[in-house]
Amino acid sequence: MRLKYLILGAAFAGLVSVDALTTKADAQDSIYVPLLTYRTGPFANSGIPLANGMRDYLVMLNERDGGIGGVKLNIEECETGYDTKKGVECYESIKGKNPTVINPYSTGITLQLIPKAAVDKIPILSMAYGLSASAVGEKFPWIFNPPATYWDGLSMIFRYIGGKEGGLDKLKGKTIGFIFLESGYGREPLPLLNQFAKDYGFNVKEYSVAGKEMQDQSAQWLSVRRDRPDWMIMWGWGAMNPTAVKRAAENGYPMDHFVGIWWSGSDDDARGGGKEAKGYLSLNINGIGDNYPALKDIKKHVVDTGKSQVDKEKFAENLYNRGIYNSVLIAEAIRNAQKLSGKKVVAGPEVRRGLESLTISEARWKELGLSGFGAPITNVSCADHNGHHSAYMQQWDGAKWVKISDWIAPMKDKVRPLLEKDADDYVTKNAGWPKRTEPCDKSS
Amino acid sequence: MDILYKVLIDPFAQMVAAPDLLVQTLWEGLVGGMLYALIALGFVLIFKASGVFNFAQGIMVVFAALTLVGLHTAGLPAFAALALTIVVMFALAWSIERIVLRPLINQPDIILFMATFGLTYFLIGFGELIFGGDPKIMITEELYLPKGRINIPAFGGIVSLQKLDIAAAIIASAMVACLSVFFSKTRIGRALRAVADSHKAALSVGISLEQIWVIVWFAAGLVALVTGIMWGARSDVSFALDVIALKALPVLILGGFTSIPGAIVGGLIVGVGEKIAEFYWGPLIGGGTDSWFAFVIALVFLLFWPHGLFGEKIIERI
Repeated sequence: MRLKYLILGAAFAGLVSVDALTTKADAQDSIYVPLLTYRTGPFANSGIPLANGMRDYLVMLNERDGGIGGVKLNIEECETGYDTKKGVECYESIKGKNPTVINPYSTGITLQLIPKAAVDKIPILSMAYGLSASAVGEKFPWIFNPPATYWDGLSMIFRYIGGKEGGLDKLKGKTIGFIFLESGYGREPLPLLNQFAKDYGFNVKEYSVAGKEMQDQSAQWLSVRRDRPDWMIMWGWGAMNPTAVKRAAENGYPMDHFVGIWWSGSDDDARGGGKEAKGYLSLNINGIGDNYPALKDIKKHVVDTGKSQVDKEKFAENLYNRGIYNSVLIAEAIRNAQKLSGKKVVAGPEVRRGLESLTISEARWKELGLSGFGAPITNVSCADHNGHHSAYMQQWDGAKWVKISDWIAPMKDKVRPLLEKDADDYVTKNAGWPKRTEPCDKSS
Repeated sequence: MDILYKVLIDPFAQMVAAPDLLVQTLWEGLVGGMLYALIALGFVLIFKASGVFNFAQGIMVVFAALTLVGLHTAGLPAFAALALTIVVMFALAWSIERIVLRPLINQPDIILFMATFGLTYFLIGFGELIFGGDPKIMITEELYLPKGRINIPAFGGIVSLQKLDIAAAIIASAMVACLSVFFSKTRIGRALRAVADSHKAALSVGISLEQIWVIVWFAAGLVALVTGIMWGARSDVSFALDVIALKALPVLILGGFTSIPGAIVGGLIVGVGEKIAEFYWGPLIGGGTDSWFAFVIALVFLLFWPHGLFGEKIIERI
């Protein structure tokens, strides 16, 4: 009996030591890129294409280029189910593995991680989501949210609406409906919306959709029918989006006056509405379709070799491309970090510097095989962790998204002062918020 | 004074001023209520047979709908896929009885309740493994479910009825009627009630507990399939549908856990109540009342009818 335990114990100890050695070897030879994703749960319809796009671009870099700067990327997914509690658990389980950057992929999770990032020295990249005020680098040195904040998104939507109405001053006396997921994410743009209502003299009607009501929404759309808003703006996610598009079509709401933020513009969101969804609008920050050399490389090195989880017919759909966009930001930040630190294997503190000097010019997008895929990223700096870059409007033609506008710049002059005030409020409310001690690199 | 006017006068003034919208709200509430009733029915069937709240009913709705769409996507004609899905739901009921319930006969109810938790997580994982987490579009046209709407000019406005909603109300009513007759007028129905009262007593008079459980879980599976088709057609077929099952809780509290008519009446009261509240009073507090108002209705009813409107009054000797 004792011998049996002895053998089992020795085998266990052997396994542990081999595992420890392997982990150590991995840590020395690769760059650890954790991805918080959700392929399960009520929001999986939005989470799956994002996860596939993010992962496939990074895998392509490993397969085609041998990683970044000659160092392989160690990519690991952690399933959050879009659940804040699980997201924080994921963070706690990976923070000890020298992560380069955390992508929470949920505003709720981001809000929980913001106070932890500075303590653990791990940068958070909440790409075009999260706390808008975290764009203020002086107050949030470890949080980044390029290319645009939700408030920028709202201002771009208003630029578009203003263009259609013949000027923002023409909004006076009109009604703007705002339908949103009842969550931190959905409520994020409300302060700016109310400010715009004061500035331009329109009325706001809010339609809140609780998570449990995502697949019903009949009461909300009945209210829309009563209130007859001139324009509807949506901040939805997951199953809320296709249901809202469907209800709008059923209620005969003019689809070309219904605009979603960039997270309400996946192919599945519009497709669910059938032919009647034709005309639905959504902002977008990334290119659509597969007509980019980098996407052809992903197809060749990842999809066709069976290393991807994407369904072939869903390859290069909008949210898949959004995932690619996210991973381009990660990869470029890692490249910057290698350049700035002189190290090949980089971790959180170096990548924070890399993010703070993130630049992707038009020429660089082209070099990456993604010409015109995103607006040039030129404004991220020590003080500005967002950059307030442009997006464009796309429209559903009944079968696919079509780009219908040029790049629309946000109203930075309106957004930035409000962000700074909000950042100050955040710091005041969180007594003992640490002062920034991180130095700025010359390039940033 | 202004707030009193907004709460006590204005909503009723709106009802009088725009009766077409009131009728529309009532219609939406009735359709929603009928669909809640369908979900609640699945719970009631199993509760009647085993005294257990089946936590897995919501995921059974998702699983049934995904199976139907998945089989059709795999190449089967719609009605063949429907028939095969019914077979799958029977196989599921049989497996649950053999693997989960049979070893737990005569165990406390809480053990069976916890087993349905396990079943839920198994079905979530198994469903995601087989069908993936992507949303699917319900095969509405292939099943000859109607599309479009009928606009009826009424009360100086228009009342718009979705043809799908009309179909859902008819199908749900027919299903409820059939189940009511089956469980109240047939031998199996009486056996079911005996099992619900006492496993031991039912066994002692020769009722096959195994057979009853398979039948009841299969019936709950069929209800789940119909619910999945209807809710899936109104939105899409994804794991988010699981959340809808939570709406059945206030319906059950209101109607009673053991009454099929209770599920229907409860569903309709909840459906109409929450839509009226959200439409007329919701804007006063920023909307979103439909996520919790059903529970308020249920609590109010509990004050006066602790066993629900149609629930069995149980008097126990102490």
